[in-house]
Amino acid sequence: MSTISAPGTDAPSAELPAYPMPRAAACPFDPPPTLRTLQGQTPIGRARLWNGSTPWVVTRYEDVRALLADPRISADSTHPHYPHQSAGAAERRKQSRTFLAMDDPEHARLRRMVTATFSIKRVEALRPAIQKIVDDLIDKLLAGPKPVDLVQALALPVPSLVICELLGVPYADHDFFQSNSKTLIRSTTTREQAREATQRLVDYLERLIGDRLAHPAGDLLSTLAERVDAGELSLREAANMGMLLLVAGHETTANMIALGTLALLQHPYQLAQLRESDDPKVIASAVEELLRYLTIVHSGRRRVALEDIAIDGVTIRAGEGVILANDIANRDPAAFPGPDRLDLDRNPRHHLAFGFGVHQCLGQPLARVELQVVYGTLYRRIPTLTLTVDLDEIPFKHDGLVYGVYELPITW
Amino acid sequence: MKVVIDQHKCVASGQCVLTAPEVFDQREEDGIVVLLTETPPEGLVDDVRQAAALCPAQAIWVKEQAEE
Repeated sequence: MSTISAPGTDAPSAELPAYPMPRAAACPFDPPPTLRTLQGQTPIGRARLWNGSTPWVVTRYEDVRALLADPRISADSTHPHYPHQSAGAAERRKQSRTFLAMDDPEHARLRRMVTATFSIKRVEALRPAIQKIVDDLIDKLLAGPKPVDLVQALALPVPSLVICELLGVPYADHDFFQSNSKTLIRSTTTREQAREATQRLVDYLERLIGDRLAHPAGDLLSTLAERVDAGELSLREAANMGMLLLVAGHETTANMIALGTLALLQHPYQLAQLRESDDPKVIASAVEELLRYLTIVHSGRRRVALEDIAIDGVTIRAGEGVILANDIANRDPAAFPGPDRLDLDRNPRHHLAFGFGVHQCLGQPLARVELQVVYGTLYRRIPTLTLTVDLDEIPFKHDGLVYGVYELPITW
Repeated sequence: MKVVIDQHKCVASGQCVLTAPEVFDQREEDGIVVLLTETPPEGLVDDVRQAAALCPAQAIWVKEQAEE
């Protein structure tokens, strides 16, 4: 039994569960057990955040999906009750606000400036180039010493090289932008650290976009420069968008490559099936299931209610913060039978790993193709790929706004 | 079956093109949905229904043909 505090009359916040919750040490691929309990007992309940605020946490698939698509729910991060993930994340959003943290019509106007690059056809046309990047990196990996860290040798360079090419950011600067973006997506980052990292990245992108104003190069930064030239964006707004695409473009897919490989190594029979299949549909289905099963964007989608919303027996009041926990929603047995089982044949296209509603991931076609190419190539090229340490020695990103592993030592 | 789209609501996630490429396409300039046929053949009905269900912006509707 559990009780829900009446809206507006908060229970003492010390009695509420702290969010985010810890995962069980023995189950690094599963969402925190407390979220599972909430899903069964208090599917819309309050939790306590780092700053003492007590937003709602929504855990059932149907509710999360419905609220993500509800126009009464706002993504505006300047709202006083917006439930920020951490002090560092609050600072980053203050310094560099993008359409991700805006509502329509402003959100739509800005998002549409960059959507052409991520259309299915445009991304599909990149597949041969992505395949070449993956093949070359695996050649290099096989020619080098072993063991090797798969994160540094493959997982991080693949999406970094691709997003650099799309944006027109020099890959030679990868140490600079990777270390700053790493700072930004760590939940333990302080306000000061976040402010500095954001400033460095924004300055860097302003410089690159400034160059494109004089010398257009047919890349996405040139597209943004055109908008600046036309007076539709300030240089700062364009740099904020460039930074969003750069950070989101490599941190997410990199974690899916490394964590996905680790999860597959724990399921050798399914890994063998994937390795032996030539069917693009089998590989595509495996990608969707790994996206669902791992849901690496595990810190919940953050929103604020603009009006009173009655849902699932609860009334969320206007102005209250709401966390839509898509990680546990993707493990809801009502939407995915046997949800804690990795099942590569499931093809769960309706998962919420990319979110839902108008803010659903802009880069999802690119992420899908990158993951299809990597999962479809790596295990065939290196069929004896194996870990050199035990699972409990792997450093997981428990402190990351995006989940994954810091290192994945492998040999073959 | 009749398919209706709302380009104003579309967020160019590409889910529909991935699901039913015979029925949906995207505009070259901004990736916004384009309807290739309002009345898809019987064999594509399930794909179109899935595309409508997956659309994150709820910009696709399927109307069953009115009985006459």
